[in-house]
Amino acid sequence: MSAMTNGKLTDRARAATSLAMQGESKARRFARMAATMFVSLGLTGCITVNAPEEPIVIELNVNIRQEVIYRLAEDAGNTIEENADIF
Amino acid sequence: MGDMMTKRISKGLLAGVAIATAIGGFATPAFAQRDPAYAAARSAGQVGEKMDGYLGIVGPSTPELRRLVNDINIKRRAVYAERAKATNATLEEYALTAGCQAILATAPGEKYQAPSGNWETRTSAPPMRDSRCP
Repeated sequence: MSAMTNGKLTDRARAATSLAMQGESKARRFARMAATMFVSLGLTGCITVNAPEEPIVIELNVNIRQEVIYRLAEDAGNTIEENADIF
Repeated sequence: MGDMMTKRISKGLLAGVAIATAIGGFATPAFAQRDPAYAAARSAGQVGEKMDGYLGIVGPSTPELRRLVNDINIKRRAVYAERAKATNATLEEYALTAGCQAILATAPGEKYQAPSGNWETRTSAPPMRDSRCP
């Protein structure tokens, strides 16, 4: 009884710092490894974008609103009359 | 004396500029006529008015037709750009509006592009135009 409470009678032990000393289970260690692998895979994975073979055509005309055309109609009509050589 | 000379010269210059402007104004009438080659290609249906405000080749393409159409389209584009800027519109907006008007102004027998994209021959009936055209 007295020996157990007396520090001088027992050898000082190092703290259980390593996983092996803490007695980590094999299953836990495998899970950790798998998790690490997944993370590193995610970091190194590349995104490959392939350029389309057909050129991208954006139809600008679709965005032109009727009210804009109505506003410009008179001016455009005059422009055609004034430049009759190219219309 | 030096001042007098300068005044006389600047007066002469001003008069010269005024005369040149007057002559220039007469030399290029506001309503110029179509080039004969263009007029012929138009009435023959070799070229037609596209919906986008530019001229297009209707039938088989030849180097001559391509040159004629390109030449006119470059000039049209310059006019559109200038007017678009003046009216606070984009080049495409102005060109499309001019296309509406140019198709409306075609004479019977001339070609124009219908909303389907096909070339049509203008008859006495109103042309088939984009639903947004005024």
